[in-house]
Amino acid sequence: MNADASTMIRFVNVNKWYGRDHHVLKNINLEVRQGEVVVVCGPSGSGKSTLIRTINQLEPINDGEIWVDSVRVNDPRTDINTLRAEVGFVFQHFNLYPHLTVLDNITLAPIQVKKITRDLAERTALELLERVGLAHKKDAYPANLSGGQQQRVAIARGLAMNPQVMLFDEPTSALDPEMIGEVLAVMKQLAESGMTMMVVTHEMGFAREVADRVVFLDQGEIVEDARPEEFFTNPRSERARQFLRQILAPLHQ
Amino acid sequence: MDLNLDWGVLLQESPTGDGPYWQLLWTGAKWTVATALTGWALALLVGSIVGVMRTLPYKPLAWLGDAYVEVVRNIPLLVQLFFWFFVWPELLPREIGLWYKQDMPYPEFITAALALGWFTAARVAEQVKSGILSLPRGQKNAALALGFTLPQTYRLVVLPQAFRIVIPPLTSEFMNIFKNSAAALAIGLTELTFQMKQMVEYSNEVIVSIAAVTTIYMVMAFAVNRGMAWLERKSRIPGMIGGGR
Repeated sequence: MNADASTMIRFVNVNKWYGRDHHVLKNINLEVRQGEVVVVCGPSGSGKSTLIRTINQLEPINDGEIWVDSVRVNDPRTDINTLRAEVGFVFQHFNLYPHLTVLDNITLAPIQVKKITRDLAERTALELLERVGLAHKKDAYPANLSGGQQQRVAIARGLAMNPQVMLFDEPTSALDPEMIGEVLAVMKQLAESGMTMMVVTHEMGFAREVADRVVFLDQGEIVEDARPEEFFTNPRSERARQFLRQILAPLHQ
Repeated sequence: MDLNLDWGVLLQESPTGDGPYWQLLWTGAKWTVATALTGWALALLVGSIVGVMRTLPYKPLAWLGDAYVEVVRNIPLLVQLFFWFFVWPELLPREIGLWYKQDMPYPEFITAALALGWFTAARVAEQVKSGILSLPRGQKNAALALGFTLPQTYRLVVLPQAFRIVIPPLTSEFMNIFKNSAAALAIGLTELTFQMKQMVEYSNEVIVSIAAVTTIYMVMAFAVNRGMAWLERKSRIPGMIGGGR
């Protein structure tokens, strides 16, 4: 691959089918550069969640290549666990481990996967909790946190592995409206710190304000890949125009 | 109605030469406990392994686990006891088979514990499997996404949750193994029910014998039940199932 050295994620002609007939990802070509924040949006069923899950192979692909920081993800010789340790992933439903405290949720992977000492792992975890504003909740269990708090802990858990990239799969879709802001604020702060991020979201305000690029996916295809101001003011495709109308002014179509 | 119960019979010397009748029952109770606990240890170990196997993304292993559970669940315990006692030694290599039949210490006890263990393992496997499958899929994904291997994912994330969920059904199985151990009288293990039959035959005090043994079984089952309830309380996670009580 003679990709630019600063390319962090690279899709080359990626295809994926569910079963024989359902073509969920169609010939995807996409690059995310180091430090870039890319928002992926599109109607439901367009394949955005599948797309982001292929990067750490939670969803395998049938055809094409995916590269993360010059490692080919879908190469059978690639140690997928090592790669996953470098790629942070935040889920729509947080998926914190309910049987562990907030602190243990964050330190489990650094201790077990990266083999760092508990002491160091806990210090890092506390710093991260400070950063997401939840240091006072370190001994709480996930079930005793609000959705927004759980998602902030989940972000801290991802960051504790010191990843190269952070992937977000609809991180605010399961939250009550009043909690969306606190999660987006943490994500914005993370973007400003220079983290490479790929975010599947319907939060167009976040896309407009924080993203470097917006990728619009429909029926498994990348229909648009543009700077936010361009995408929001002057979308080229009719499909994107229709999507924006639905999402920005759902009552006035 | 005059039952004419003579509770004093428990203190009378039995003609079997094993001391008074209460001691006969006490010996039986000890064998029952030993058989049930040994069987349970085996059941828990094998059942957990088989239960996990059935949820793995490797078809042959999952199939093997399913096959085990289907076979063992569909054959009466008594038939399985006879299998382990009479058929199993014939299937072993000759030397080992001979040893099993002639020289193995406590053959009835070992056979009964094995049979009960393998039998109960199938039921434990079923519980463990359903516990694992009841977890949200995201739990496994969240662990994998952080770089855990599949064994780590099971050990650190999936099983600690699954086992907590299945403590109540496992409690029933644990109690069942005590009660099912009575079937071992068929191969001559001198467990509690066997001793009860002895006492009935020699003393003719049918009701007293059965009442005494019934009480002992109930105490055992109750102890298991309380012990497991304590374990369930100790392992309860704030906010999870039952945590709000």
